Formats: sequence, structure tokens, C-alpha cells
Amino acid sequence: MITVERLREIKEKQRPILEARLKEKDIATINEDGSIVLKGEYYERQVRIALKNCGIIDPYNIEDYIAVDGYSALADILMNKSRQEIIDDMKASNLRGRGGAGFPTGRKWEEAFKYDADQKYMICNADEGDPGAFMDRSILENDPHAVLEGMAIGGYAVGASKGFIYVRAEYPLAVKTLRVAIEQARELGILGNNIFGTDFSFDIELRLGSGAFVCGEGTALIESIEGKRGMPRTKVFRTAHKGLWQKPTIINNVETYANVPVIFQKGVDWFRSIGTEKSPGTKVFALVGKVENAGLVEVPMGMPLREIVYDIGGGVQDGKKFKAVQTGGPSGGCIPADLIDTPVDFESLDKIGSIMGSGGMVVMDEETCMVDIARFFLDFTVEESCGKCVPCREGTKRMLEILENIVAGKGEEGDIEKLERLSDTISSASLCGLGQTAANPVVTTIKYFRDEYEAHIKEKKCPAGSCQALVQYFITEKCIGCGACARACPVGCISGDKKERHVIDQDRCIKCGACMEACPPKVSAVVRR
Amino acid sequence: MNIIINGIQYEVEKGITILEACRKAGIDIPTLCHDDRLEPSSSCRMCLVEIEGSKKLVTSCSTLVKENMVVYTHSARVMEARKEVLDLLVSNHPMECLTCAKSGKCKLQDYCYEYGITEASYKGARRKPKIDTSNPFYDYDASKCILCGLCIRVCDELQGTSAIGFENRGFDVVVTTPFNEGLVNSKCVSCGNCVSVCPVGALTPKKQTYRHWETKKVRTTCSYCGVGCQMDLVVKENRVVGVEPANVVPNDGLLCVKGKFAYKFINHPDRLKTPLIKRNGKFEEASWDEAYRYIRRKVNEIKEENGPDAFAGLTSARCTNEENYLFQKLFRAVIGTNNVDHCARL
Repeated sequence: MITVERLREIKEKQRPILEARLKEKDIATINEDGSIVLKGEYYERQVRIALKNCGIIDPYNIEDYIAVDGYSALADILMNKSRQEIIDDMKASNLRGRGGAGFPTGRKWEEAFKYDADQKYMICNADEGDPGAFMDRSILENDPHAVLEGMAIGGYAVGASKGFIYVRAEYPLAVKTLRVAIEQARELGILGNNIFGTDFSFDIELRLGSGAFVCGEGTALIESIEGKRGMPRTKVFRTAHKGLWQKPTIINNVETYANVPVIFQKGVDWFRSIGTEKSPGTKVFALVGKVENAGLVEVPMGMPLREIVYDIGGGVQDGKKFKAVQTGGPSGGCIPADLIDTPVDFESLDKIGSIMGSGGMVVMDEETCMVDIARFFLDFTVEESCGKCVPCREGTKRMLEILENIVAGKGEEGDIEKLERLSDTISSASLCGLGQTAANPVVTTIKYFRDEYEAHIKEKKCPAGSCQALVQYFITEKCIGCGACARACPVGCISGDKKERHVIDQDRCIKCGACMEACPPKVSAVVRR
Repeated sequence: MNIIINGIQYEVEKGITILEACRKAGIDIPTLCHDDRLEPSSSCRMCLVEIEGSKKLVTSCSTLVKENMVVYTHSARVMEARKEVLDLLVSNHPMECLTCAKSGKCKLQDYCYEYGITEASYKGARRKPKIDTSNPFYDYDASKCILCGLCIRVCDELQGTSAIGFENRGFDVVVTTPFNEGLVNSKCVSCGNCVSVCPVGALTPKKQTYRHWETKKVRTTCSYCGVGCQMDLVVKENRVVGVEPANVVPNDGLLCVKGKFAYKFINHPDRLKTPLIKRNGKFEEASWDEAYRYIRRKVNEIKEENGPDAFAGLTSARCTNEENYLFQKLFRAVIGTNNVDHCARL
């Protein structure tokens, strides 16, 4: 059985080994207060709580986690704190759910804590499905014990003895690290019966998702764990009262759980000193797209978007012009360049029509077509809608059809109004979060880039020059008649005499751009417009 | 508990839904996927209502009433949402009302009439037509299905068979049997309760030969067993052409395969309509008077010769309780034997 003394012994034995390894690899700085930070400007500009151990400890060795104070919060809580105190601390910390909606974790836990039942459950939602999001994956693969510890603390607080981690099967490495972590925690007695000699027992099982995005929705996830088709439930009761098998159930996201042990190690006041009043702490973003330094970024809430994109992300790739940033994945919205000073927290993003979401952040440059971006996200939603409720099943498909027509140059007058009407119905009438937020990419792109929609529909032009059906390749008078373009053209639609200006037959052109590539850079006679 | 619906205050019980409260107040709220006997599914979004202080519209079928709740059931926003939902449904529905067997009794048709939907606004993709005719009693036409899920839920929650379920995701969802092997190869017991709950023409009895407005309904008790299910015979020109379960005690809108589909004997040419007496080795038609006299004579003869225990009587569950009572009375008191039995005891 694990004891506090045994935990301390492991830490004392393992800490020097870990430090020696880090020194040898020269990848991290060990501060005087014992904290370890990865080297390099990219990391030093961040404030890492959820990711604090990522890249530092060996995820396959529970002793490494213990060496960085792992499981000390759980031990302290089980020895010294009552369940009510944990709930009070969680509420005071105002940790908000990092999965997207930002519901205060303490309040959620309190609901389940107060509800009397013979069995309660803790669930970790590790079904990270937003395109381009990989923060949960990184935590699971690099610091699985932080999640286990967070779940155990929650389990003790609400009175649950059983936890499930619902992890997507497309993350085989995360599944493997979790399996090893659970096994090692059981061996050491951190999971199982009478943890640290108390009367608290808690165990965790893995459940693998089967590739449905909608199973990231809490009630669909519960249905899936119960072995049913993953479709959201109608919410007559809260899951904190009647969830998994109709028992009180807490569902938190991976990143939320990873925050929990640190809050109890360092204290509520410390946590509240980071971030903003209403959104304390940090948030991990998956900064991707046309940005110089793509990767995971953990920053204090309320940091202006500009700092994330320019100071940490290094600005837009190839010195192109910044156009917009899409936050919150397929449920989020596009934020235009003139709002780049918006602080990134739950309220501020909501105000401008986007959401925090799970933390996807896609940077777009001047060559990105906003109509096409909306189409891309709708394509994803249509594919992933479960099909239960009418607005989401039928409505998103109609929106996609309209957007497909617009980018193909077949847009009609009135399409924008149709999109707005559909957005309104789908947002206000859908059953679950997937449908209620599905129209966000369309709503925000119409709001901030209406002129682009109009250019597509009225002038049949794509201002960003990205919609293939709407661009034309054209040879200007700069042409020296070298014939490189005609030789490169795969359909042979370019003609012209030697040393004479060449012409593209627009009817036969497939708009592949090979001519533009082939034209000597000094000449640059082929233009796209 | 007090709530305000459309500006009028009502006193309602605690723990009921807004839909129940509205029905009690006589306010009609459209529903396609709701059935009082089933868990709410909230998938059709027709019962949406507006609640003061709530940003989103809520489904009245799954929202419990709260003290001093202010509800609007037919506000402009609600009507707009319902219209759009209907429009979306119709945009993916074949407009075959002229020949559809369900016409005149179709909820989608009724609501389109009520909400003024004349044609589909969205002319895009349609659900692929796929008809499962493998069941001997009913057909499933996927193209007409609005995916309300009532059939699946009635099969699962009330019938307890779970023969059908949803397949695929999003726009491609269809109702089907496991591994798509067809209704006849599934666990389906042909009870037809799915057909009875289908609000549109997706699930219909085979070879339906009537339009709903040509028929009248006659309430009767099913004669197949002792449960006494109540049902409505669908009668066209004095012939029984269908059966619909009655939503009353004891069957609450359910029937089994016999009650739902086995009614064709009623108008069958082989059906016996008079007693038959065997004369010279051949059955011949006889009048009831003749038959009774014959029975009495034979009973007296046999009783005199062999005693009352030479008789045994077996009666049928298709008779009513009263008839069965009289039958045993006849055997015990008149004939004088206890040799009397009943098929339901087997």
C-alpha cells in the first residue's frame, strides 16, 4: 500500500535522476523554486500549467511524475481535507472547463457532490476531435498521471469510486501511455482500494471511441460508454444528477483534469493570480495554419490574440498579410485582422461571435478564402452530425450545398440571406452543442467578410484567389514566348508562336497553375486573377 | 405551481413538462417525435417554445415546468423556427401526397397545411430511395422517412424487440435492421406497432387499398386472446380493410401481429357463417334452430347411455369471459361433468 512516506521516498530517489537526465540532454532549466521549464524562447514566453510536465518527464515512469510533486496533492487531500473543502477550493479557483463551454468545474462537482446516490462516476472526455486540435493528445501522451490524479481528486470530492477515460481510438500512443499509467498507478496503490490507507477507493477504466466527433458531446459520450449509438440525449436532467447509467456523473476534459492537481499543489490564490478575473489560469492552444511557429501554446487567459500570433507564433508565414484567425474549431468563428487585439478569454471571444472551444487556433493569410473556410468547416459538421435532430441533420447539409455552389461560381442572389436564416434556425433549434454552434463559422465570416461572399456571388470572383472555379490564369504582355508554360500545361490549352505572346484557352483550362509555376521568375507573365 | 403561458397564468402540477402543461391548458403544440408512452427524444424540434430569459428555444416535450416560468408557444420566433424545420423536412421528402397511402392522416402534411409550407425551399440532395418490402405485412420506404425515431423507440421501449435502429450519420441516416439484412431476416415479430406510430407514410401496411377519408372506424375488442386489446377496425364500404390500436386500457395503443394484421378472415369467402351438420358423411349447412335441436338430442342420448363423464368440453380464448363462464356452466350444471378446459391454460 502506498503511504505518504513511500511517496516522499520515491520522490527523493527519483528527483536527482530526472534532473541529471535533463541536464545531460540540456533541454530544460531547473529554477530555484524547483519548477522546470523547457529551454527556448517559444517555451519561455508561455505559462505552462497543464503542459508543465510535457517533454520533461518520462510518461512511462510513474516515479518521474512523483519526482515533480506528482500525486502529492492527492495524498495531501486524502489526509487533510474534507470533501466539502475540495468543492469550496474548486469553486474559489473558478477553474472553467477547458473542453469548450467553460462551465465552472467547482459548480459542476458541487452538483454531483450534493446529489445523493449509491454510485457516482467520473469521466474524462479525451475524445478530442476538432480538426487541428491536439492539446489533449499531448497531455495524454506526455503526462498521463496528471489526468489520473485530477480524476482521483474529483472522485474523492464528489464521492465517486469509478472513473472512465473515453479516449479516441485514433490516438494509439495516448491509449498506450494511459494503459501503462493506469497499470503503474494500480501497482503502486494510487488507484484501487483504500488509497493512502484511507477509506477512499477509486479505479479508472479506458473506453475507446470509434471515430465519431459527436461523442465528444457529454451525453453522446455517455451513451457510447453504455454501449449504445453515440447520440446526444435530450437534457431533462443534468448529467451531474443523472448521467452514466442514470447515476450522478462528472465529465471533464483532459486539460481541465490536468489543471486540478496543480491548483491543489500551489493554492487557489496562486491560480487566480494567472489569467483574468472571470477566466483564471491558462489555456492551451493548438496554433496552426499560416503561422511561422506552429505548435502547442499555453498562455494566461486574457492574452491578446496579437501576442499569441506574433510574439509566440512569430507572425504569418512568408511575410504575407494577416487576414483572420479561426478559434474554437468547427464550432468557432473567424476573427478578422482588426479585432486582433481581442483578449483571449471566454467572455471576450463570445462577444465577437467566436468561442474558446477546445483551443484550436488557425491563422489565415491573405490567400485564404473566407467562404471556402466556412465551406470546409461545414463539410466537417455535415459529416459528423449524428443525424438525430432535424435542424442539424438537414439544415447543415443545405448550408453546405449553398456554400459549395457559391465557391463553384454558382451562387445566386439571396444565398446570403438563406444562409443567415438557416444559421439562425440551426443555432437556436438544434438539440446539442454540435448543431447549436455549427453555423458559427458561417455567421462570423458573413459578419466580417460579407464583401467576399458578395464578390463570389455577384462578380463570380474569389478575392483571395483561392476558389479554383472562380480564378482565371492569364498571360500578360510581359510574355517572351519561351513556351515553358505550353510545355508544362497538362491539357495543352496554351498556344502561341515562338517569341510571341502565348494565350490560354479558358474553356479548356483546368486551373492547375502549372503555367504560372513554369513561367521563368524573371518574366512572371502568368497571372492569376 | 404557477406558470404563465402566452400571457395567461395557469396552475400546474410539479414535475410535468411544458408540453403536458400546454395540453392540459388546451394549447396545441405540434410534435412529430413525441409519444406519451415513450421517453422524450426531442429530435423533431417541432415542439419548440420560447421561455423568457432563455437565449435558445427549448423543446417543450423535455423541459420541466418551473415556478413562474413564462412560456410563449406561438411567438414569431417559434413559428419561424417551426416553419424552417418543416421546410427542411419537406426539402428531403418526396411530394407524393397524391398517391401516398398516408395522405389525409399524415402529420407532416397536416403541419405543412397549418404552417403554410407549400413547397420545399431547398432543392439539393435527397435521401436515397430504399424500400424494404421483405416483411409479409408491411413495407418501409426510407425516402419518406423523417427519422423521428418513433418506430425504433416503440420497438425497443414498449415492444421489447429492438429489431431496428439508426444506421450511418448525419444526412445519410436511415432506419434499418442489423447488418442491413432486411426486416424479414431480423428479430422483427411483425407486431406492426412501428407502423401504428409512424407519423408519415414511411411505414405502411402492405397493399393498402383505401384513402383515409373513405373509411370509418369501429371500436372493438380483439378476439384472439384473453387480454382484450381495444382496437379500431378501419372499415371501407362495410368491409374491414385495416386495424389500428386504440390508445386505451389495457393495450395502450399496442397490438400483436394477430390483432394488427390478421383481420382478413372477416371478409374471407371460406369463413363459416351457418352451422354445419354431417349427413351421409358430408357437412351440410343448417339453421341454428336445427343445430340446437340436433345437439340437445345427441347430448341426451349419450348421457343416458354412458353418463355425464362421457363428455369433455374445450373452449377458446377467442371467446369473451362471459361466454367462457356460460360454457363451463353448461357443462357443470346442465350436462353434469367437470371435464371442462380452456386453451389459455396450456
